[in-house]
Parts: sequence; C-alpha cells; structure tokens
Amino acid sequence: MLRVRIIPCLDVKDGRVVKGVRFVDLVDAGDPVEQARAYDKAGADELCFLDITASHENRDTLFDAVSRTAEQCFMPLTVGGGVRTLEDIRKLLLAGADKVSINTTAVKNPAFVSQAAEKFGRQLVVVAIDAKQVAHGRWGVFTHGGRNDTGLDAVEWAKRMTAAGAGEILLTSMDRDGTGDGFDVALTRAIADAVTVPVIASGGVGTLDHLVAGIRDGHASAVLAASIFHFGRFSIAEAKAHLKAAGIPVREAAGRSGG
Amino acid sequence: MVETVAIVDYGSGNLRSAAKAFERAAAGTQARVAVTADPHAVRRADRIVLPGVGAFADCMNGLTAVAGMRDALEAAVHRSGRPFLGICVGMQLMAERGVEFGTHEGLGWIAGEVRAIEPKGGLKVPHMGWNDVTARPGEALFEGLAAGEPMYFVHSYALYAQNSADVAATADYGGPITAAVRHANMAGTQFHPEKSQAAGLRLIANFLRWRP
Repeated sequence: MLRVRIIPCLDVKDGRVVKGVRFVDLVDAGDPVEQARAYDKAGADELCFLDITASHENRDTLFDAVSRTAEQCFMPLTVGGGVRTLEDIRKLLLAGADKVSINTTAVKNPAFVSQAAEKFGRQLVVVAIDAKQVAHGRWGVFTHGGRNDTGLDAVEWAKRMTAAGAGEILLTSMDRDGTGDGFDVALTRAIADAVTVPVIASGGVGTLDHLVAGIRDGHASAVLAASIFHFGRFSIAEAKAHLKAAGIPVREAAGRSGG
Repeated sequence: MVETVAIVDYGSGNLRSAAKAFERAAAGTQARVAVTADPHAVRRADRIVLPGVGAFADCMNGLTAVAGMRDALEAAVHRSGRPFLGICVGMQLMAERGVEFGTHEGLGWIAGEVRAIEPKGGLKVPHMGWNDVTARPGEALFEGLAAGEPMYFVHSYALYAQNSADVAATADYGGPITAAVRHANMAGTQFHPEKSQAAGLRLIANFLRWRP
C-alpha cells in the first residue's frame, strides 16, 4: 500500500536556511545540510528546499547546498524557487535533486513545463501553484508571494499543467499560508479530484489534525509543512502516529540514512 | 580482494545520488565505486550498476550513444556473469522492449516489455512515494529487510515480465507492480534504493556482497 508522505520544507536563501529549525542537536542551525540530516534521521519521507535567493547570481550557493545534502541524505529531495531554464533543472538534478518545482516560469511560459517533461521525464517535474480564493468555490493563481494575480483559474490551471507534463502538483493556499488555521481543504480537494497526478497540500498547517484533514478530506497524496516541524511543536514521528491513528497509511520506519 | 563497482555513466541525471549511496554502502568494505563512461572499465569491473531516470527511449539512446558500452555490458554481464543491478529505468532497459513514445528495443535480458501502469481504482500516476515491497523468499538482495519494507518509487511505466520466475519482488498499486527482477546474476529494482534511506542502503550493501 502506498504510504502518505510527510514533507518538511526548508526556505533557503543564499545557501542558508532562513526560518531556523529548533533542533537541539544542530551545530549550525542555518546549514541546510544539517537540517536535512536531522529530518532524514527523524524519518521524513521527502525533503523540499525552497530557494528564495533574490539574485540569480547567488544560485551557486543553492547547488552547493543540494549537492552536500545529496552526499549525506539518501532520501528524495525536491528543489524549487527561481527555476527558469532547462539548464537550471539539469544543474539541480546533477547536484542531486530528484524533483524540481516550477512556479512563476510555468505561468510566464507554459510550454516550459512540456519541454522539461520531455527532456527529463514527467516524474521529475513538479508544478507549484499558489492559489487564493477569488469567489465562493473559486480560486485564482497568484505569483510573487500572492501579490500578482495571473487571472488564471487554479483548477483549470492544474489540469492544464498536468496535460502539459507535470508529474505532481505542489498546491499552496495563499489565504492559509502562515496562519496555522489548516489547509484550505475545499481548494485541495477541488484540485486533487480534478487531476490524475499526485497533489501535495501546503499552507496553513497548525495542528496534526490539519494533516489528517488534508489527506482525508482534501484527497492530497502528501502533506508539506514548515513551521510546525521547524519550531519543534511536533516531531515527524508524532505526525505519523497521528495520521496512523486516523487510519491513514504512513511509513513508520525511521530514516537514518545520514547516520 | 579489492572489488570494483562500475556505475555506468551514459548521461542519466541521477548519477551522483546513486554513486554517493553506493559509496556510503561500500564504506568499510573492499569495494571501490567508480562512475565511468569507459566501456573498458565496465568490462573489467567486478560489479556493474546501471542507474536511470527519464524515458525508456531516451535512456536506451543514451546508452547506445556511448561507443562500445552495449557490447561491454553484454560481455561482462550476460557472458561473464558479473553481478548486475539496474535501477528504475536502468532496470526497465533489461527488458526486450519498451512501449513509451513508440516501441523501442531494450537489452533483452529479461523476457517482457515496459509499458504504462494502469492502476485500478483511479489511483494517481505517477506511482510516487513509499510503497511496501514484497520479495520472494531467499532473494539475496532483500536479506535482512523486513517483509513488506517500504521503498521509494517514482514511475509511470513498469516492467511486465513474461516469466514469473524473473520477478523477485512486487508492490501493490491498484494491482501488482514489478518492484524487482532477477534472472541469474542480473537484478533490477523499479524503486530507488539510493533514495530509500536505511532500507535502500541495506539493499545496496546486499548487492555489494551478492555471489550469484
């Protein structure tokens, strides 16, 4: 039986983690590799690095962080943020990323998603969608942290991106992100039910019940969260135990590949 | 005795992850892991690993484009019987043919073909994430792993073997999926041991010790 994935997400800027993780045993809490190792040990099912480096010139710091992580953590790693060219994707994959998440570039140039899928395989291409409610039961696609309204309908966009070659959708509710009020379950379900590829729910997790709701009611295949894990409110093991108690299949084995 | 493990470089994107995982699993053993695009090195290697991500035809073309590599693989693996492990598309290439974007010839080491999975019950494709792997009893690569140990999968196509004797392990995803094949000294996994944390490293360590 396929297990539901729990994916911690780290914001990386100029090669350093921005929102610190409060793990007691970290020597350098700003080092993405140290944090990746901690999550690897804790049994996270995948990791996500979101690069928020402002300038494209500083991207080498990201490749370095990805490559050092891949040397030590033998688990799936998705990297997103600032992916603009096929060469960006190739460099991330060579550094050790398994999947690459595309957001703004997909909106600017939808054909880029098809090109990426043809070149690297659909399963490597994650399309990230930042969605905001625009009317009852309707959500729009936004970019630039929710500031820029693209005018696209989120459900239609998800279907179009799947047809174009996305192997997975990373769906973030801009209304809920950072609130701790829980996923936008109606949004998650609308998209998960509309596409044939897996959907990762993101944005708003504050309690372990929210994770359950994202899967059970939102029909997501995976849940992504940042602060509830980073700030030590809940451990990966607690999250998995909670999902399991709700009847959702999770992988219980701890990771520990990083040693 | 020092053994060399050749990881075949034919332009596949995930080479680095695979190499690092094999190096980790080989630490403290006599095995020396080398990533190589040199057919002579593959011919001389004691063990051979063929990783792969992407489309079947793309990967097969990449492999064929390295002059002498196909012959080297035939010589070392098929004729000399050296232990071989194909990973993901590297495993799929062991089949006779793939039917992704047209029909394409494979290495032909395992009777059967690679085609799109069509899981029952409206399950999502790609099959992505950790799924329980059930191995046949006595399979050396799965020694020490729990029955049904979850491994990391990410694929839309799978190998459908003609002979059930070649199927070493399966996973259930709206019907059985070939999770691993083995025919004599040739083994392959659809899942990614190099991404399956401790369980995956254990499988790789088993491969490094395997005496088929």
